[in-house]
Amino acid sequence: MFEAQIKVTIKKTVADPQGLTVKHALESLDFQGIDEVRMGKFIIVKLKAQNEAEAKAEAEQMSKKLLANPTIEDFTVDIK
Amino acid sequence: MKFGVVVFPGSNCDQDCFHVVDQVIKQPVEFIWHKTTKLDNFDCLIIPGGFSYGDYLRCGAIARFSPIMEPVIRFANNGGLVIGICNGFQILLEAGLLPGAMLRNKNLHFICKFVNLRVEATDTPFSSGYNKGQILHIPIAHNEGNYYIDDKGLAGLKKNNQIVFRYVNNPNGAIDDIAGIVNKNRNVLGMMPHPERCSEDALGGSDGRMVWESIVKWSKKKSTAR
Repeated sequence: MFEAQIKVTIKKTVADPQGLTVKHALESLDFQGIDEVRMGKFIIVKLKAQNEAEAKAEAEQMSKKLLANPTIEDFTVDIK
Repeated sequence: MKFGVVVFPGSNCDQDCFHVVDQVIKQPVEFIWHKTTKLDNFDCLIIPGGFSYGDYLRCGAIARFSPIMEPVIRFANNGGLVIGICNGFQILLEAGLLPGAMLRNKNLHFICKFVNLRVEATDTPFSSGYNKGQILHIPIAHNEGNYYIDDKGLAGLKKNNQIVFRYVNNPNGAIDDIAGIVNKNRNVLGMMPHPERCSEDALGGSDGRMVWESIVKWSKKKSTAR
C-alpha cells in the first residue's frame, strides 16, 4: 500500500484571492517580511500498486483527470 | 421544441428552469436525472445552477464525470443547444465544452444580487432577441464566478466574438468583465447570471426571458429551413 500526497496550488500566473487575503491578515497580526501567500489543497490517496513508480504514475493520472484543473492549477505528487 | 433540464445531486435551480420553460415560454420540458445515459430527442439542454456534489473538490469537477455528461458532450458536439447557468457554466468549463475556468470571487464573498449586464453578441441562438449593447438587469448568486482564461484564450474569445455578456460593474473579478461566453460553434452557452430568475415581472424583472425566447425562435427558424 502506498500513500500519494498530492498538492494542488493555483498557478503562479493566476491571481489567488484567498492567498492574498490571508497575507493581509498575517500582516495585520504584525508578521513582517511576507512576500507572498498561496493557498491550495492537500489530498492524500492511499492506493495499491506494484511499486512506487506505478503508484506515482497512477496518482499523476488522477491529478490530471480530476484532482487539479490544468487551466488554473498546478500539482505535485509525493509517494510515501 | 423539447427542453431537458439536467438534475445533479445538489442542483437547486432545476425547478426554476423547468418552471420558466413550462409556464412562461410554454414549451415541452423534462427533467433528466444525472444517471441517465441516453438522451431522448431533446432540442435544448439546460444545465442548471446549484451546488452539484456540494461543490466538493472544485465547482463542477465531479458533476462533469456524471453518466449524463457523456451524452451531453456528444449532443453538444453534434450541434445541439446547451445552456449552462451558474454551476451549469462551471460544469461546462470542467467538461471542456467551454474554455477557461472559475476562480473564487475576488472579494471572497458569495455575491447574491441584481447586476447589470451588457449584451455583447447577438449572433447566437441564446441572445438573438436582444440588441447589441442592451443592458440587462439580472441576478447573480455565486462564490466562484471569477472567470479566468489565459491571454491566448482570451484573444481567441474576442477574435471569434464568443463573449456574449459582460458585467457593467464587475462584481467578482472576472477577466475582461466576462459574464457569459459561447463555444466556437455558438451552440453552447455558459453564463453566471440567472435568466431563469428574472423571466417574469412578478419576480422583479423579466430581462432574462429573451434568452429562452431567442432559443425557441432560433429552433423554429432552423426547423423551417430544414
